[in-house]
Amino acid sequence: MRKGQYQFVAGFLLVPVALYLVFVIWPYIQTFGYSLTDWKGQSQTFSFVGLDNYVALFQDDIFLGAIWHNILFLVFIPVITILLALFFAFMVNAGGRSRAGGVSGVAGAGFYKILYFFPQVLSLAILSVLFGAVYRSDSGGMLNGFLVSIGLVDPGAPVEWLNEPNFVLWALIAVIVWHGVGFYLVLFSAAMQSIPRDIYEAALIDGAGRAQSFFKITLPLLWDAVQTAWVYLGIVAMDMFILVSTMTAPGGEFGGGPDHASETMSTYLMRNFLIYGKSGYACAMGVVMLLLTLILSVVTLRATRRERIEF
Amino acid sequence: MGSTSAHNNEGLGRRDLIKRSAALGLISVPTMSFLSACASSGGDDSGDKKPQGQKSKDNPFGVAKGGKIDVVVFKGGYGDEYAKAWEAAFNKKWGVTATHTGTQEITGKLQPRFNAGNPPDIVDDSGAQKIKIDVLHKNGQLLDLAEVLDAPSVDDPSKKVRDTLIPGTLDPGLQEGKVVALNYIYTVWGLWYSGKLFKEKGWTEPKTWDEFLAICKEATAQGIGGLAHQGKYPYYINVAIMDLIAKKGGLDAMKAIDNLDPKAFVGSDAAKEAVEAIYEVVEKGYLMPGTNGLTHTESQTRWNQYKAAFITCGSWLENEQLKQTPADFDMKFMPMPLLPGSKMPYEAIRAGSGEPFIIPAKAKNLAEAKEFMRLMLSKEWSTSFAKEANSLTILADGVDPSVKLRPGTQSTVDVSKKAGTNTFRYLYTEWYSEMDTAIQNASNELMAKRIQPAEWLKRAQAAVDKAAKDPASKNNRRD
Repeated sequence: MRKGQYQFVAGFLLVPVALYLVFVIWPYIQTFGYSLTDWKGQSQTFSFVGLDNYVALFQDDIFLGAIWHNILFLVFIPVITILLALFFAFMVNAGGRSRAGGVSGVAGAGFYKILYFFPQVLSLAILSVLFGAVYRSDSGGMLNGFLVSIGLVDPGAPVEWLNEPNFVLWALIAVIVWHGVGFYLVLFSAAMQSIPRDIYEAALIDGAGRAQSFFKITLPLLWDAVQTAWVYLGIVAMDMFILVSTMTAPGGEFGGGPDHASETMSTYLMRNFLIYGKSGYACAMGVVMLLLTLILSVVTLRATRRERIEF
Repeated sequence: MGSTSAHNNEGLGRRDLIKRSAALGLISVPTMSFLSACASSGGDDSGDKKPQGQKSKDNPFGVAKGGKIDVVVFKGGYGDEYAKAWEAAFNKKWGVTATHTGTQEITGKLQPRFNAGNPPDIVDDSGAQKIKIDVLHKNGQLLDLAEVLDAPSVDDPSKKVRDTLIPGTLDPGLQEGKVVALNYIYTVWGLWYSGKLFKEKGWTEPKTWDEFLAICKEATAQGIGGLAHQGKYPYYINVAIMDLIAKKGGLDAMKAIDNLDPKAFVGSDAAKEAVEAIYEVVEKGYLMPGTNGLTHTESQTRWNQYKAAFITCGSWLENEQLKQTPADFDMKFMPMPLLPGSKMPYEAIRAGSGEPFIIPAKAKNLAEAKEFMRLMLSKEWSTSFAKEANSLTILADGVDPSVKLRPGTQSTVDVSKKAGTNTFRYLYTEWYSEMDTAIQNASNELMAKRIQPAEWLKRAQAAVDKAAKDPASKNNRRD
């Protein structure tokens, strides 16, 4: 570019860059600053404590547990959601076997697409109320009511789904997966529809079954879409704030119970920040969260990089 | 996917760069919202001089006519109509215009204002999203209310305001020896039952723990749960546990906990027996099925449907359950039953006050705020509160006899009268939020049968010891 062009471009970028600096970058820096203090969150008086907060953080069993739970979410939510969505998308788009040589979805594919997408229109806040009723801990709950009626659960000792340390994380993962599969089904469907049919037809003529055409054709051609889905689901897994804080208790404010079994970094951060008045400490958690997510995103994007296929 | 450009190994292409930076940006979105929650805008500005009124016995704080006041009220179980009525009365008396905010999001609305040095003038800091008093106090945000409490009472100027209140009701507002929050509503805690159900079954109010267990046993045999508690919020079962400790071991056992004694739990016989007594209910299966995982409204509603004999709660229960309570339910309040060899009598109850009103130290209209609070403690305003919010205030005989009380509230009045001076009130919940949460977690594990009483004692003691390590805890003491 010539010199004048630089100035021209810079002139346009000046305002957005300034806004970005003030509203995005500056809070990061400010937070890092606060993380080195004993700020209590309700006034502007604090003193500098150096790295004390970080030292304390890595001796805090609850926070270390919370990191571990986020990592579990990060592993299971994307894997389960993407696998289910891929499976359904494949069945809806290319799983049918109606006409010889034709590539089409299973019967009623259009209807399924709408049905699967439906959970996506509900907000997480509504979901937490809905699944609160599903997981309710007495026989008034949907799951317990069902299990009691078929005689699997004793009405005098119903399963306290969200109050079982071994269960609560899976109960939350189930909600997120239920919510997310439909969206990624539609995303993958769109990507699948852009795969030329002749490839499938050629495979069919060569005698490929459903599994083979999925693994040899669909998945490789869908890789970009899967990668996108992975990044988005990674965001969900690192957060999980709404579901954990509204569906789980005890542990007082912002959920995380029972006994920190479903604690996430975000819920523990908020409790320290607002309830315990350890805001500087909470800011240190925020910085650690930022670093972890940055590392994870770099790793994810590196690990999933593939050769592109042209068609 | 559509067409993609060939990928050469010549470093980052323009598209890749944009894509990657977008992905990086996206993944840091959740972090960002939390980080920016931490951020704040600093800066204090000193208030400008306001016109001052003449100080007198009727106007001890020098309120000027035609001023302003900024009132923020928690709009929860008591609504905010009462505050609007007060503000109208305030305007009538002093010509002061009030800015009224009724909200459930106290923290969300006020935390930025406190931080910016621009708080409202008077706040009802309650509800699930209240800002903790200990936190506010440690930040130097609360006005010492001594000035209001030592001002002449509205109804009888020869008395100080503090002498017109029910004894002990100021204690929960104490932080480091100063009253910084006025807990306005008189509250008692204990067990509740349905008079109708008890009559039908021929049960009488149990006075000892054995009698209590006997009723639980009979109820369970008949398909009714024994004890219900608001499992999702272990705060409530902690009330039962702590009350048993206080009644068994006397006030000393209670103060040992508030004063972070190294033998508050481990090494205290009262604590040991109390926790074992509660655990007996769990072990013998006398809990209402599923109660451990229910929210407060869910389990209270089940109790209203006669699914449990007892529930533990404070005196707001009746108001909270108004819609769910059958007309002939006949709600009744009773003290915690006694363990053998208890130091306090059966009549003793946990009594005190809730719904803290605070005046921020940096309030712009301090004189108005103080006068507002003084008027809150007048008979007129107290009666207006009882009418609008169906509850008693801490003003002694503060309700006009013409106001008719509901059966549950009436029974709290009767029990309080019988208790007389035999009341007690824990303060650690107000002083040590983190310790409180840790004990609540332990109690949840106990109720779910995942830990035993000995482990509960150990965990509760660990929470106490941790709180004692904080140098700031030396400033909180009670005798």
